Amino acid sequence: MSDDEKAVTIPAQADEPQLQGGTLTKNPAPGEVLLKVTGLQKHFPIKKGLLQRQVGAVHAVDGLDFEVRSGETLGVVGESGCGKSTMGRLITRLLEPTGGKIEFEGKDITHLGVSGMRPLRRNVQMIFQDPYSSLNPRHTIGTIVGAPFKLQGVEPEGGIKKEVQRLLEVVGLNPEHYNRYPHEFSGGQRQRIGIARALALNPRLVVADEPVSALDVSIQAQVVNLLDDLQQELGLTYVIIAHDLSVVRHVSDRIAVMYLGKIVELADRELLYKAPMHPYTKALMSAVPIPDPRRKNAKSDRILLQGDVPSPISPPSGCRFHTRCWKATQICTTTEPPLLQLQPGQQVACHHPENFADQAPQDTVLLSVAKEAEKLLGETALQESAETSAAVAATLSEEAAEPVVDAAEPETGEEK
Amino acid sequence: MTELSKSGAAVGEPTDASPAPTAFLEVRDLKVHFPTDDGLVKSVDGLSFSLEKGKTLGIVGESGSGKSVTSLGIMGLHTAGQYGKRKAQISGEIWLDGTELLSADPDHVRKLRGRQMSMIFQDPLSALHPYYTIGAQIVEAYRIHHDVDKKTARRRAVEMLDRVGIPQPDKRVDSYPHEFSGGMRQRAMIAMSLVNNPELLIADEPTTALDVTVQAQILDLIRDLQKEFGSAVIVITHDLGVVAELADDILVMYGGRCVERGPAEDVFYQPRHPYTWGLLGSMPRLDREQQDRLIPVKGSPPSLINIPSGCAFNPRCPYADLPKDNVTRTVRPELAEVGTRHWAACHLGKEQRERIWTEEIAPKL
Repeated sequence: MSDDEKAVTIPAQADEPQLQGGTLTKNPAPGEVLLKVTGLQKHFPIKKGLLQRQVGAVHAVDGLDFEVRSGETLGVVGESGCGKSTMGRLITRLLEPTGGKIEFEGKDITHLGVSGMRPLRRNVQMIFQDPYSSLNPRHTIGTIVGAPFKLQGVEPEGGIKKEVQRLLEVVGLNPEHYNRYPHEFSGGQRQRIGIARALALNPRLVVADEPVSALDVSIQAQVVNLLDDLQQELGLTYVIIAHDLSVVRHVSDRIAVMYLGKIVELADRELLYKAPMHPYTKALMSAVPIPDPRRKNAKSDRILLQGDVPSPISPPSGCRFHTRCWKATQICTTTEPPLLQLQPGQQVACHHPENFADQAPQDTVLLSVAKEAEKLLGETALQESAETSAAVAATLSEEAAEPVVDAAEPETGEEK
Repeated sequence: MTELSKSGAAVGEPTDASPAPTAFLEVRDLKVHFPTDDGLVKSVDGLSFSLEKGKTLGIVGESGSGKSVTSLGIMGLHTAGQYGKRKAQISGEIWLDGTELLSADPDHVRKLRGRQMSMIFQDPLSALHPYYTIGAQIVEAYRIHHDVDKKTARRRAVEMLDRVGIPQPDKRVDSYPHEFSGGMRQRAMIAMSLVNNPELLIADEPTTALDVTVQAQILDLIRDLQKEFGSAVIVITHDLGVVAELADDILVMYGGRCVERGPAEDVFYQPRHPYTWGLLGSMPRLDREQQDRLIPVKGSPPSLINIPSGCAFNPRCPYADLPKDNVTRTVRPELAEVGTRHWAACHLGKEQRERIWTEEIAPKL
């Protein structure tokens, strides 16, 4: 690290960001794949009884495939329990994966031990959610931010103290606070300390797990802007894990939406927010309360999902979202949809995506018609609807070559 | 509540009995101060507002702005706890349906609490008792205020659980809180708080602990229930989105005082206090085009022991130097009318603020 250039200018707490990205030589060319994850799995065993026999497993992360390119920000969203934090801990190798492969800069790091990981720790750092529990209350800020240097045996130019003070200034803190303890700082300042510690060794990849969710609104914006500035100045690559969709949209270039340990949609920011394809993404986005009182009475296009997220101990068969999905059909309960690239920059794992040609059109028509009929007419009329379905199936098999978009709509209309 | 506070020297002048207000709930010059070893913490320092039945008031502010202390003050819950052997000092007036609560007999207030006014807390897991079933807790809340046998009360509990959308209520009534998911616990809490048909419901961060999809369900539920029961609702939150969904009126708190209050539309579209501008600017929004940068409020919220003199917001306010004679740092601004039923406490001139909002702030949001 000592050979790093120290030409980074200090962004004062606010003001215009100064673009100095070019002064750091260490970072690979933007766009290069920095982190590659294939089939990543983490199952936490559930043990019971005297012999601690394994009786089951929490499928926290169950087969993830994605890449992070250098210089970009990948946002990861999902509800609690979807495995997003576990994913963050797996790619920083704070947890041992059950299966799959993690490659960092082309090197397989999936099963590296503590000593094997140590050199890599310089390049992969983490910012934690809770700035109250992630800083040791008995250590001064100087010790906390200086710890990475000591652990890595790095002697920065001008000594650790000077370097730590420089880092404190970079994140907008007063360098004179070097000897203070964490309790003397507010939540937002503590989060800045955590950021300074993560940046100490000039990492390439920073994984931030809910970096702003513990902060007040006005402070959130300060930290979001700081992360933004640092990325521009230091050419950092971020994986930002958050549950707040508006924050994720603000910071990310690409976004992965997770549900029960799987990525259901992975897309460029603009595409995802303009035309989400996975029904879950759509529901998630429509659920965000919009700070606009004029929309209050227009009960709008909100999709209210029923119930809660199923248990990751025994996730639903087929598509994991089918228990709460309004578009679910037979195929969804049996066959798991693969994560497919449906258009450039947008990967979706769904049989019946929104805003796109249906992946399993026949199935939709048949089943949704049958379901509608059952609901509307009751059991006596079931037979009739079965006939209709059969007729539809017949027509469809003729048209099978063409993609049928939303063919279910007119059919259900007839039923009514 | 009787021996309360009126002795506290730092607490403002005791208010003489003024005529009962016409509004359903009226809070006048409420002050809640906590003596601590480090000094007097002025959590709420002169707050007034009123609320009609069937209406929703949203109280917005950052942590430590006094939102929750206000709600606990209305519920009369401050005296119960002892703060290092020293009691909270409360002064002012709280009128609920013609009764002044702060000077009323504690036994009388206890009868009102849970029946006429009730509360939904932020964290349902810590607000529900882990040893008792959900049903037992709802039954208890009901039987305290109604002289009915257990069977009737249980039937009522099942009915309420059904109303708040818990599946199989007749079975789930015998579940323990840990057997419920977060969203269901919050529903159970709502069922418990509504079991006596309260006329005033205070929801303190009702959805903060919940996921966004569950939050949408709960917000819908609160809105529907309010229509059904016609109660007055106070929603306390830091999330402007939640407030915009629920509230008719909005009260913005900063440093224990109200800095702006008015109809929801006005506060969102014609905010007249720099702190409200700051809140609106620091929030990334899904319903707008992507902003390049957020506009944060600089600095951090004030210590309530040492509230800045003059306007409490002055150290963080970008316009603090505009008014003459350093007045922002010496004189505390009072709420002044800036529109119909719309007040703001700021030293900047009315026209000046209108100009700053329309020319400088609004275009950037």
